Amino acid sequence: MESVEFSRYLTMLTLSVHVIFATVGVGIPIFIAIAHWLGLKNNDEHYLLMAKRWARGYVISVAVGVVTGTAIALQLALLWPKFMEFAGQLVALPLFMETFAFFFEAIFLGIYLYTWNRFKNPKHHFLLLIPVIIGSGMSALFITSVNAFMNTPQGFALVDGTLTNIQPLVAMFNPAMPTKVAHVLTSAYMTSAFILASIAAYHLWKGNRHEYHRKALALTMKIAFIFAIATAVVGDLSGKFLAEYQPEKLAAAEWHFETEGEAPLVLYGILTETKEVKYAIKIPYALSFLVHSNFTGEVIGLNEFPEEYHPPYFVHYFFDIMVTLGIWLTMLSMAYCIALWRKWKFIKTKAFRWLLLTSGPLAMVAIQAGWWFTEMGRQPWIMRGYMTVAEGATDSAHVPLMFVAFSVLYFILVVGTGVVLTRMFKNNPVEKELGELEIDQRSVAK
Amino acid sequence: MNVEILGISVLWLFLFGYVIVASIDFGAGFFNASTIVTRKHHIVNTVIQRYLSPVWEITNVFLVFFFVGMIGFFPSTAYYFGTVLLIPISISIILLALRGSYYAFGTYGTKGHVGYTLMYGVTGVLIPASLSTALIVSQGGFIRETATGGIELDYVALFTSPFAWSIVVLSLTSVLFISASFLAYYSSVAEDKGALKLFRKYTWIWSFPTILTALGIIIEMRWHNVVHYEGLLSLWWLFALSFVCFIVSLMLLKKASYGWSFIFVVLQFAIAFYAYGVSRYPYILYPHLTIYDGFTNQTMAYALVTVFILGLLLLIPSLYLVFKLFIMNKPYIQKGK
Repeated sequence: MESVEFSRYLTMLTLSVHVIFATVGVGIPIFIAIAHWLGLKNNDEHYLLMAKRWARGYVISVAVGVVTGTAIALQLALLWPKFMEFAGQLVALPLFMETFAFFFEAIFLGIYLYTWNRFKNPKHHFLLLIPVIIGSGMSALFITSVNAFMNTPQGFALVDGTLTNIQPLVAMFNPAMPTKVAHVLTSAYMTSAFILASIAAYHLWKGNRHEYHRKALALTMKIAFIFAIATAVVGDLSGKFLAEYQPEKLAAAEWHFETEGEAPLVLYGILTETKEVKYAIKIPYALSFLVHSNFTGEVIGLNEFPEEYHPPYFVHYFFDIMVTLGIWLTMLSMAYCIALWRKWKFIKTKAFRWLLLTSGPLAMVAIQAGWWFTEMGRQPWIMRGYMTVAEGATDSAHVPLMFVAFSVLYFILVVGTGVVLTRMFKNNPVEKELGELEIDQRSVAK
Repeated sequence: MNVEILGISVLWLFLFGYVIVASIDFGAGFFNASTIVTRKHHIVNTVIQRYLSPVWEITNVFLVFFFVGMIGFFPSTAYYFGTVLLIPISISIILLALRGSYYAFGTYGTKGHVGYTLMYGVTGVLIPASLSTALIVSQGGFIRETATGGIELDYVALFTSPFAWSIVVLSLTSVLFISASFLAYYSSVAEDKGALKLFRKYTWIWSFPTILTALGIIIEMRWHNVVHYEGLLSLWWLFALSFVCFIVSLMLLKKASYGWSFIFVVLQFAIAFYAYGVSRYPYILYPHLTIYDGFTNQTMAYALVTVFILGLLLLIPSLYLVFKLFIMNKPYIQKGK
């Protein structure tokens, strides 16, 4: 069954690349809007320039997001034809709505980018960002609802192999959807905030003392802190959801084999071949508390499930990475915000700025780890309880070849994006653009 | 009219929309690159950039829209086309990805990089060719059953078929024809005389090969798929009408009425495209799949139609806005930003 394995790897590769650009694609419009709004309200050239520069970088990432998104949309049918034939009857609605949202976003983003200075009232130009934000948020919502459906399918009945009693809205608003969508959105906003903060922190760390970068850092870190808290709260709700609807995924994440009350939370460590957990930090009662909000609640263990339905045990590591980074980034942004408010000096040290500069990449690592955890955590199912991954895959013998071709493609795309973005901003620093603006204004004044 | 026919008509409309906007885009990329080689780039560059920049992303969405709608209304197509077309469609995806991202890199990143422009031109010609395999395969005759009961694409039959190659040629010539006709109109609005002269010439050059290959394909169909050939013949008057539109468009081109000329080019393709679509009724994939046995359940069909109507209420005004700002807007076209 070579095709199945390679179909899995290729899907994982495409999605891992896509999620980088999709996360930024969902999150950054909000920051462009906030900067643009502050610029208009306070008549502050710095914030207006911030909106312009962010938007310019954003287009590049949107372009790559669009093409990798097209790739995954088509690959779903190419690599998982039997799954799409089956599920197409159940989740076509959110898939279809997603393309509308995407269409909407694409149209208004194009207009926004090419109409700076074309409206008499600059606020009208600003308003174009609202459909961009709604469009990107909505497309995240709809596509996540499809993924949620694969985790908790409902809204149909399967009688002797035929689908009956199909309810598209029930399928769309499945139990996994609310927490999943909320977690995806808050973490996308959080990650985008940290990435923009990273850029500002980089310039300050390099010794640039420009007011522009300080404003950018303060703005993005404050918002990052808010969304870090929101992400953590929703993450906790997601854990409670897992305990109720997908206990095997939570149990695999926590290496929790025996069903028991007073369950401890397992952090880090390794798992031996005899399923013993070694070198781990165990926090007594904590898992029971997280799941049931009391210290003795019973948590279902993996041993309740037949072994062939166990997710791979290494998802524990992804779960650890995600949670650890989430907590670290929350503390970091909190420290920054408190220090800013109390006017403490340490946030201006080179070391602290270095920490801030790593926050964006770390948030992206957390996003990847989180998606790997949730996707591998539902192995062996492609549609939990109905269809295994092997049953959904293509028979085609050419998948390994395509895997190689797409690896090369993504390599080119990722490196290309990095090079282009770096060059774009390096050759055109803030000081230069602000200088040009001043010359412009002077010539207008004359 | 039943919901199956409504579904396929809507999808056919979106496929047609994609054919037109993508043709303009692919052709523009090709002309942009080929004029670098022929050193006439400075003539066409501004017109092409001014049109492409705000709309390239929208072009891509048309394709995704068609594709997602297809799986929504006809989930069985996912199985048939998905299994068979792994390689050709993967090639299209790779080309689309390179094209889209390098366009963005070239336009918004390092401006005027020759390598990006050439890449954009070359992929623009290869994508229609690789995408048209889906159309060729749907005609029947290129799928065989494997020993294990699955299905696969018969590459030997595909590559040795004159019929298949004719469709590839048609897709290429029509891309260049549609694009040149539109860009002639666009440069006439821009009052860019040099570009107008060039695109007028290209329109003439590509018009005749397009119509000749189209006629050739109808004749070849007789050997390839008799049922479909008879279907085409029974609609002969539509193809005749399409041909009349072709003649009218060339007359208008001669009279320097570029806007109307382009409209007649679109009409010509619309009529031929719909006539072709009707003539293959009821097959999606001959002879494996008809629009009736591949259709989704009724509940989902009505949900999709509802969403489609609501979506159009959002889309049409937005597209109108794009039109007003970038395509029908004289000051923008003439001055750029």
